[in-house]
Amino acid sequence: MADEVILLDFWPSMFGMRTRIALEEKNIKFDYREQDLFNKSSILLEMNPVHKKIPVLIHNGKPVCESLIQIEYIDETWPTKNPLLPSDPYQRAQARFWGDFIDKKVYSATRLIWGAKGEEQEEGKKEFIELLKTLESELGDKIYFGGETFGYVDIALIGFYSWFEAYEKLGNFSIEPECPKLSAWAKRCAQRESVAKFLPASDKVTKFVPELRKKIGLE
Amino acid sequence: MAERSDEVKLLGMWASPFSRRIEIALTLKGVPYDFSEQDITNKSPLLLQLNPVHKMIPVLVHNGKPISESLVILEYIDDTWQNNPILPQDPYERAMARFWAKFVDEQICVTAMKVVGKIGEEREAVVEATRDLLMFLEKELVQKDFLGGESFGFVDIVATLVAFWLMRTEEIVGVKVVPVEKFPKIHRWVKNLMEINVIKKCIPPEDEHLSYIRARMEKLKFKAP
Ligand SMILES: N[C@@H](CCC(=O)N[C@@H](CS)C(=O)NCC(=O)O)C(=O)O
Ligand SMILES: N[C@@H](CCC(=O)N[C@@H](CS)C(=O)NCC(=O)O)C(=O)O
Repeated sequence: MADEVILLDFWPSMFGMRTRIALEEKNIKFDYREQDLFNKSSILLEMNPVHKKIPVLIHNGKPVCESLIQIEYIDETWPTKNPLLPSDPYQRAQARFWGDFIDKKVYSATRLIWGAKGEEQEEGKKEFIELLKTLESELGDKIYFGGETFGYVDIALIGFYSWFEAYEKLGNFSIEPECPKLSAWAKRCAQRESVAKFLPASDKVTKFVPELRKKIGLE
Repeated sequence: MAERSDEVKLLGMWASPFSRRIEIALTLKGVPYDFSEQDITNKSPLLLQLNPVHKMIPVLVHNGKPISESLVILEYIDDTWQNNPILPQDPYERAMARFWAKFVDEQICVTAMKVVGKIGEEREAVVEATRDLLMFLEKELVQKDFLGGESFGFVDIVATLVAFWLMRTEEIVGVKVVPVEKFPKIHRWVKNLMEINVIKKCIPPEDEHLSYIRARMEKLKFKAP
């Protein structure tokens, strides 16, 4: 039976980008369905009744929610092409640790940059730079977070790169001088086919952010 | 099974649900370990060195290499010692187990913790929000003895936080967050858990634990404005 793969997603979502990239790495064709998050579709509510959030990966009718869990699911379901998690248990644990760090820490800092004003926004910005520095020291001189090959942590983080320009404009700062190695890593990833194909252009995200701020009542 | 030369050490705290998860998993696998009780009000240099990012327990140190975050540690244990598997084998079932584990930590735990600091109507609202979340677990338990299905597994280990922390704290705080009339399946599941030797062995002894929680609640109340 041919696999039926559907992705409920929203183009500027860094979580959705993860799943798109992971599927592309495995060369899996999927039916991309753009969602309106301000007017949720019945399929979204039915497939993710707990969180009602995108991305939702639907494989042969069965939904998987939460982007990091989707990456693992994709890796376990299609294991041969481009393994995304390392095979060594300790390396796997490190990858999961950093994935969790990105979700818990990095995302909440960026949320303050685009979703807050004044002092709160300023705090988010400071925190964000600190976190990027922590990630930069974890990266060190490696090509990718996992070493020689593009994988789980790279996928978890790269979506944020398409928002860098928007964060910089909102917070009036620049990331590259603070984190040169991480910036070089991001550019390296952006050259990869899967990333180039599914990361939206920075200026498109930058244009979208004021719309988003208006919708949540900030501007 | 564990190699003789394996050196396994756990930096934990006897009353922490996160630390107990690791003890349950290691015990289930038959992995011997050294336990090092930590004082999180006065963090040891060792803890700061082994978990510089979060500075939290639990930290598992296996042959000198540290791992932190309890869900990450549980996966590591299952990847490293493959007897008595904790996670299911099927990729879809694994994804579901991971989903519910994350749900317990990021939704239930986060929301339930707020009950303590609130009073009056605000407290009522948080209690209701916690119940709405618990209802998802209640539904998961339909026709199942355990959250892992027929046998005890990953989600059960993670959700001991509900069975033995949330449900012990509610007695002391004096709000029944998980009343048996509303959550008969969760109550039955807690009974099933109590039949399991590893659980009996690895959860904090009730009396001591209750006095500990009571003392903590007093402190929290004292601090509240
Ligand atoms: N932890 C989730 C986060 C997903 C998430 O936050 N999705 C957002 C869009 S970027 C969403 O669907 N929000 C809709 C809502 O909150 O109502 C994941 O990794 O998949
Ligand atoms: N997400 C962590 C939570 C661990 C946690 O909350 N540990 C507490 C003790 S129960 C701690 O070490 N707290 C120290 C602090 O917050 O400074 C895990 O799953 O391991």
